[in-house]
Amino acid sequence: MVKIKINNKEVNVKTNTTILDAAKENGIDVPTLCYYPDLHINSDCRICSVEVEGSKNLLTACSTPVKEGMVIRTNSSKVLNARKTITELILANHDTNCTACVKNMKCELQSLANQLGIDENRFPSVLKQQDVDDQNPSIYRNPNRCIKCGRCVDVCKDVEGTHVLETMFRGHDVQVTPKYGKFLSDEDCTFCGQCSSVCPVAAITEKDDSIRVLDALNNPDIHVIVQVAPSIRVSIGEEFGELSGGEWTGKLVTALRSLGFDKVFDTDFTADLTIIEEGHELLHRVQTGGKLPMMTSCCPGWINYAEQKYPEMLEHLSTCKSPQQMFGSLAKTYYAQSEKLDPKNVYVVSIMPCTAKKYEAAREEMQVHENIPDVDAVLTTRELGKMIRQMGINFKELPNDEFDNPFGITTGAAAIFGATGGVMEAALRTVSEVVNKEPLESLDFKDVRGMQGIKEAEVELGGAKVRVAVAHTLKHAKQLTDQIKEGTSPYAFIEVMTCPGGCIGGGGQPYGTTNEKRQERINATYQLDSEMPLRKSHENPYITEIYEKFLKEPLGELSHTYLHTHYKPRGKLK
Amino acid sequence: MLEKKMLTKRFGIVNPLSIKDYIDNGGYISLRKALTMEKITIIDEIENSKLRGRGGAGFPVHIKMLSLAKEVSDVKYLVNNADEGEPGNFKDRALLENDPHLTIEGMIISAYASGATKGYIYIRGEYNRAISIMKWAVDQARDMGYLGENILDSGFDFDIEVRTGAGAYVVGEEFALLESIEGKAGRTRVKPPFPTERGLFGKPTLINNVETFCNLPFIIEMSGKSFAKIGTPSSTGTKLISLSGNINNPGVYEVPFGVTLRDVIDTLGGGVPESRKLKMVQLGGACGPIIPEFMLDLKIDYDRFEDFESKTGAGAIIVMDDRHNLFEVLLRIVEFFGHESCGKCTPCREGHIQLEYLVKKFLYNESTPKDLFSLESLARVMHQTSLCGLGQSSPISLISTLGYFRDEYHNRIEFAGKE
Repeated sequence: MVKIKINNKEVNVKTNTTILDAAKENGIDVPTLCYYPDLHINSDCRICSVEVEGSKNLLTACSTPVKEGMVIRTNSSKVLNARKTITELILANHDTNCTACVKNMKCELQSLANQLGIDENRFPSVLKQQDVDDQNPSIYRNPNRCIKCGRCVDVCKDVEGTHVLETMFRGHDVQVTPKYGKFLSDEDCTFCGQCSSVCPVAAITEKDDSIRVLDALNNPDIHVIVQVAPSIRVSIGEEFGELSGGEWTGKLVTALRSLGFDKVFDTDFTADLTIIEEGHELLHRVQTGGKLPMMTSCCPGWINYAEQKYPEMLEHLSTCKSPQQMFGSLAKTYYAQSEKLDPKNVYVVSIMPCTAKKYEAAREEMQVHENIPDVDAVLTTRELGKMIRQMGINFKELPNDEFDNPFGITTGAAAIFGATGGVMEAALRTVSEVVNKEPLESLDFKDVRGMQGIKEAEVELGGAKVRVAVAHTLKHAKQLTDQIKEGTSPYAFIEVMTCPGGCIGGGGQPYGTTNEKRQERINATYQLDSEMPLRKSHENPYITEIYEKFLKEPLGELSHTYLHTHYKPRGKLK
Repeated sequence: MLEKKMLTKRFGIVNPLSIKDYIDNGGYISLRKALTMEKITIIDEIENSKLRGRGGAGFPVHIKMLSLAKEVSDVKYLVNNADEGEPGNFKDRALLENDPHLTIEGMIISAYASGATKGYIYIRGEYNRAISIMKWAVDQARDMGYLGENILDSGFDFDIEVRTGAGAYVVGEEFALLESIEGKAGRTRVKPPFPTERGLFGKPTLINNVETFCNLPFIIEMSGKSFAKIGTPSSTGTKLISLSGNINNPGVYEVPFGVTLRDVIDTLGGGVPESRKLKMVQLGGACGPIIPEFMLDLKIDYDRFEDFESKTGAGAIIVMDDRHNLFEVLLRIVEFFGHESCGKCTPCREGHIQLEYLVKKFLYNESTPKDLFSLESLARVMHQTSLCGLGQSSPISLISTLGYFRDEYHNRIEFAGKE
């Protein structure tokens, strides 16, 4: 502990803590802009500058550790003037058309300007208008709003290890751009959207599809159905200022009904289906000497990455479509047939925590009927939140409701798809019972849970010990994939999720996603699982029914047509 | 004698391409002596000498050496900052081109005392001649056993690599320089950690200026105490001055600390040509204060300079006569730094273009009292909040003129729009 004096108050704080954290602990708010929990401290924006006795210059609170006897002023007029001046400088090189911005009222720069009481900018605008990047289906970049805080670069480089974005040029010409090109689609971008999740302004956002969805909802000739990904139910509350937790599921269903969707379905159903198909695929590979380790294929960011960076290893990927796409193809076949609808008039919307899902839905191999996408539009959690507010729906006051059938009955195994390790655990629950032909003693595979970058477990299948691994973030996925490339991988089955924490930490989740938030969402996810009456995918009665009525058998002919896909080496994702 | 030739004593006497000339003129004797000394004794001698860094900041040299010596690491680096990019400075170039082995000898002594295993000399990209000479000199020193493994049979290993910049001014800043050696864009890093804790490639690194290293052989030769007798109590030894501008005899001069600016300008430099009136003098380079004629009795001394918010810088004196328009000078300076800013931190990236805009208003007689307020406030905020030395010091010239030449600002405001 060290003793410091902060704003005339003597306090004891932990050694090596930063001025920022010491201030926060003592109820003093030092504004920040480029700082983001879990990311590298760059100290670039200089907004958190404070006065420290004995130092001629102001010091940044985010990067300066406290020292015994330090005397700190966080709100002297010198400090306030500096913060105000810096903010004015940023605003003078920023598209300040706030009312016409998707981040209006959610923008960190806007709240900072508000907090500092900026009512007039002394500095004239020096903004040089640049072209926006709307060349891909997932992510929209508007460089005119970029404030060069570097968060997106850090998340892309340090967290994901993809290093698509970089700070280019020098001085006033600095731009944060795709490294070697003008557009993200010129690079090996996986569209994971982590950049959009940390951007303090609206320089990087998801591509807005809500207008397309509204048009479909207002078209009486179209039957519009919606599927909700497992991770949305634990995070949607945050869009309305509430804590993470699964208790919002019922209101979420009601909200979707109020928006006008004809049927509200659950992607959890096709997550269960994925487990049946993928589990059988794994067993098939093990029994017939197929390519091992098998790697999961439900994460579209990971698929993009694998196709770009490991074109020679695509046989390791499970051929199963993701739950989103399994839902899409069933909706346009099985569902359309049973409801006697023309697939052309069925419009499938999915609510996803993810920007890469938009790209996945737009893939040409994701069409069971020619020129009709299986999934017509993908909305992120944030876009859904926006739509609910737009339509004047008071989310928190809504009554609870339940998903429609047949795609509404689900299991705990599907619920945990949203957390890193969840797909693995769900698969193990099913595969173990199918192979060992006896019920599991415990359904909880705790080795594969949690925020650790790479997790491993050993399971017994039919008398043999099998090793499995789970990676989240592409940086960690790369380690496991390189191992396979070198021929040293000891695993039979590997789960990969692009986003930290899995889908609950996806690039399309509510703003303010930090590792702390991710952990809360993970906890809520496992809570939901533990409360479910059914916790194993193969026990889902509707899964049994769909095989009886339609698909016949796992890995069968219809499964191959509707539920499986293929991969190809891909350069840039145009 | 106003000049005291110590670091420059071999200039013109030795052939810079001949290590033999250097050795015949007393070179590498200090290194031989140092290799017989306890490492800590060498650092003690440097402490006794009160040597301060010659790159501009004037930090005590022995403290940095001690910090490096204390670090435990398999690799420790030593970097010689020869990226002399500050406008008006050319004394490092003179040292490199005329007596290349002196700074090499200083580096080896420094490495031995502080436990560095590998050295880099990072030379400004435009210094082609110096680059060739230094590469030649390093190879010669290696051939003669002064670099490489088991230097002079002492069991001490140390080698040097010459690296060059690509023309960016900011890589003279220590962290930007390290990033550049690592092959990255020249942008600074946040401190702490300091380079001696985590520097080049994440390893402990000691960075000094060319001239700083050049002093070490003399301290070892004459003892720290004797060295401390040269100059003033707060600033010991000599200083190389780069004298330029409207001056009869521009060039590099070596003087003991304590001589006045007037001595240098009038006596050594021969005053302003054509008997024109001296209007102002910029100290240290483009990033230094601009002072009026009446302050020229100021002594060249770290502490005296700091008394008025300035640093000796690297020892540049730029003389400007009465033909110069203050605002033209300031505009050139602001444009220069705007161009050279790395763009990492907000005040420096976004500030220069606004300073430029404001200075232009004064230059073109369009200024208002509000502009003066904005200019002053912006310059101070940039000075106080920028991440590295570039943004912190680039407004110093402007801030100094707001004090010493304030009347000119008021005149401009008064005559605004009247021409």
